[in-house]
Amino acid sequence: MWAYAVRRILATIPVLAIVALVVFSILHIAPGDPAGVIAGDQATEEQVQAIRSKLRLDLPFHEQFILWLTSALQGDLGISIFSNRPVMALFVQRLEPTIALAVLTTIIAVTLAVPIGVLAAWRAGTAVDRGVMSFAVLGFSFPVFVIGYVLIYIFAIKLKLLPIQGYRPLADGFWPFLRHLVLPSFALGLSFMALIARITRASMLEVLSQDHIRTVRAKGLPAWRLLFCHALPNAAVPIVTIIGVGVALLLGGVVVTESVFAIPGVGRLVVDAILHRDYPVIQGVLLIFSATYVMVNLIIDLLYVVIDPRIRY
Amino acid sequence: MKCSRLLSLAAMAALFVIGCGEAALAQKKTVIRSVPIGNLRTLDPIWTTAYITRNHAYMIWDTLFALDADNKPQPQMVDKWSVSEDKLTYTFTLREGLKWHDGPPVTAADCVASLRRWGAKDGMGQALMSYTASLDPVDAKTIRLVLKQPIGFVIDALAKIDSNVPFMMPERIAKTDPNTAITEMIGSGPFRFIASEWVPGSKVVYEKFTDYVPRKEPASQAAGGKVVYVDRVESIYIPDHGVAMAALASGELDLHESPATDLLAMVESNPDVVTVPNDKLGWQLFMSLNHLHPPFDNKAVRQAVLWGIKQQDFLVAMAGDAKRYQVCAAIFACGLPNESKAGIEPLLSGNPEKTKSLLQAAGALGARVALMDQTDNTVHRAVLIAAQALRQMGFTVDVVAMDWSTLIQRRASKAPPAQGGWNVFLTNATATGVENPLVNNFVKNCAEAWYHWACDQRIVDLNRQWALEADPAKRKQITDELQRVHLENVTLVPLGMYRPTIIYRKELVDIIPAPAIFYWNIKKRGGA
Repeated sequence: MWAYAVRRILATIPVLAIVALVVFSILHIAPGDPAGVIAGDQATEEQVQAIRSKLRLDLPFHEQFILWLTSALQGDLGISIFSNRPVMALFVQRLEPTIALAVLTTIIAVTLAVPIGVLAAWRAGTAVDRGVMSFAVLGFSFPVFVIGYVLIYIFAIKLKLLPIQGYRPLADGFWPFLRHLVLPSFALGLSFMALIARITRASMLEVLSQDHIRTVRAKGLPAWRLLFCHALPNAAVPIVTIIGVGVALLLGGVVVTESVFAIPGVGRLVVDAILHRDYPVIQGVLLIFSATYVMVNLIIDLLYVVIDPRIRY
Repeated sequence: MKCSRLLSLAAMAALFVIGCGEAALAQKKTVIRSVPIGNLRTLDPIWTTAYITRNHAYMIWDTLFALDADNKPQPQMVDKWSVSEDKLTYTFTLREGLKWHDGPPVTAADCVASLRRWGAKDGMGQALMSYTASLDPVDAKTIRLVLKQPIGFVIDALAKIDSNVPFMMPERIAKTDPNTAITEMIGSGPFRFIASEWVPGSKVVYEKFTDYVPRKEPASQAAGGKVVYVDRVESIYIPDHGVAMAALASGELDLHESPATDLLAMVESNPDVVTVPNDKLGWQLFMSLNHLHPPFDNKAVRQAVLWGIKQQDFLVAMAGDAKRYQVCAAIFACGLPNESKAGIEPLLSGNPEKTKSLLQAAGALGARVALMDQTDNTVHRAVLIAAQALRQMGFTVDVVAMDWSTLIQRRASKAPPAQGGWNVFLTNATATGVENPLVNNFVKNCAEAWYHWACDQRIVDLNRQWALEADPAKRKQITDELQRVHLENVTLVPLGMYRPTIIYRKELVDIIPAPAIFYWNIKKRGGA
């Protein structure tokens, strides 16, 4: 298994190289002028050109790419054109809100969705099952920002139970931290929950029809033990896959939720950078995203071995 | 692993997380939480002309002179100043007690270096430096500026309130190449920048600079005593306007510098919220026509456009309520010393049918125009009005949608519209940013032409005359002539002026009316 893990890690290198080249190329082909945005509307063309030269944005494409790649290989992802801060520092600064949102969303989604999916499978064909599936469809159908606005209206404005917007770091105290994350996590988690519930139900249905489950039933074990200690572990592979993919997407930043709730996460960092053509930030963060995505997929694959001892690499 | 063991581990993890991160309660401070006009990404007010950076800079840096509520220059960091009889030598003496945020006193050498850096970038500053023979510190507190010839705008330039403002910085920082952004935010202004809490694009924090020595006069726009009554200002960028409004209505925020006009109804009836246009001058909206390519390379066609413009249509789109806008055809804005009524008759007629007949006569009826539309910018609303207006005038309009960054790149292109160029775009500027020929980069002509490439040598000559003229009456004549020529050649098409609204909780009092929100002088009743 370790040899497999090492091979997968080494395979990341060409993947990242391709990502770096594609992202760099697309950015420089796309229209937009960061020097003009920096200089401002009142600046003359000479002033804009002076900034362009200072930032080396007027160098040929291949020279800019080599400069950036050389630095990136040494762990230096460059400096933001706008804020003059290292890209890595900007990314790390945004990481806590993003991770916090991703973790809480995952906890809420998994904690609620897995039992719901298990219940639906156990009561397949009944009103409970249809109710769960209807919930799943609704969860996919509503855009996150609509759910966010509704939650804000009910719980923050009308009931005044939770704050409307913002993020408080953990250093400010656990309860302020948690209170600011509840609504965005639920808004984001609803569609994630719907997806996990469906996958759980489908996977559980397959496992519940197997012979060893009939044996467990015959032995007289209580339903909860049958479902959660015998059936669910055998149904876990696709569930873990979908959770892993979802977590990777969450870590990539969920810009709509971050925008609605004013959370300074990685998603907003990237979208702001794209809108203003902050090339080093876009290039650096997308490279980190790619590496993260590859690592998360590797972790999922390795988890299969833990969940299902029959799997060997 | 057994089920029960898994559940136990999960419970322990939850308890561990809950146990972590409990912080001591913060000391109670008076804090203003506000939403700025935009996303603060760049901190150097000399490197960029962006207003959000200018507004940030007013918090932590100070100026030698500043404009008061009547838009008259007043000494700010300067204690006393004099001009020699031949009007060539200006001597400025700094006030006592001025200190940088990191401790050392402000010196004349700091100011000289700051003026040089500003003078290398800013249009008015460049003009001043072009007439400067020498600029030197005489001693620790005294600055001497010697001119090559008498000019009428020295103090106006040092007091300008629009970007780039001549902020004073420590010499070591001011010696940074003007085309390189500074990285240290050390000023002598009434607030300190808290670098450790800056989240670019999201949050900026300022704290009161307790060693700041304000002037004794009452605060008056950017001049007078900058007395700070709060401990801290947190400027939080919230991209969603609806959420920002709701947060302010509920008390999570104290002030919103730039609320969406169409959402003001959410708070206007709220007794705890004040809605007011804080900038009595506001913004000028204008249209730029590309003089290089057909149809607007033809002066007659450009002049025809003036007759068909109905400013009110544009202003309603930008400001909504009639209380917040005014029809204004003046190139150098209305309500300011250089307001002129020369040559404005076509702009007040609002007669697209007349434009059609003029286009017919010029052989341009139905001419195709590419109108750039910055969809991620508030001016987008006015662009849609412009599209309809130009069609009514008889043009065939192609609306080319793009983001602001792309527009900035494309407007610099001198290529024909069909090859990546353009014919028309709209933008805006603060009234103080267009109020005289030196500060108004948008109407520069010929070699210094802005993105319209207008060239009428009379403009260049009149601008020079205006710069050298100190007599107000003669200056007015030059201004009138300038405007007449600008409108005859249609350097730009003024589309009126509007005043953005701010909203704030009633706990805040004594907000200074100004083009930017100044956080000195504001008191917050009830504390935190």
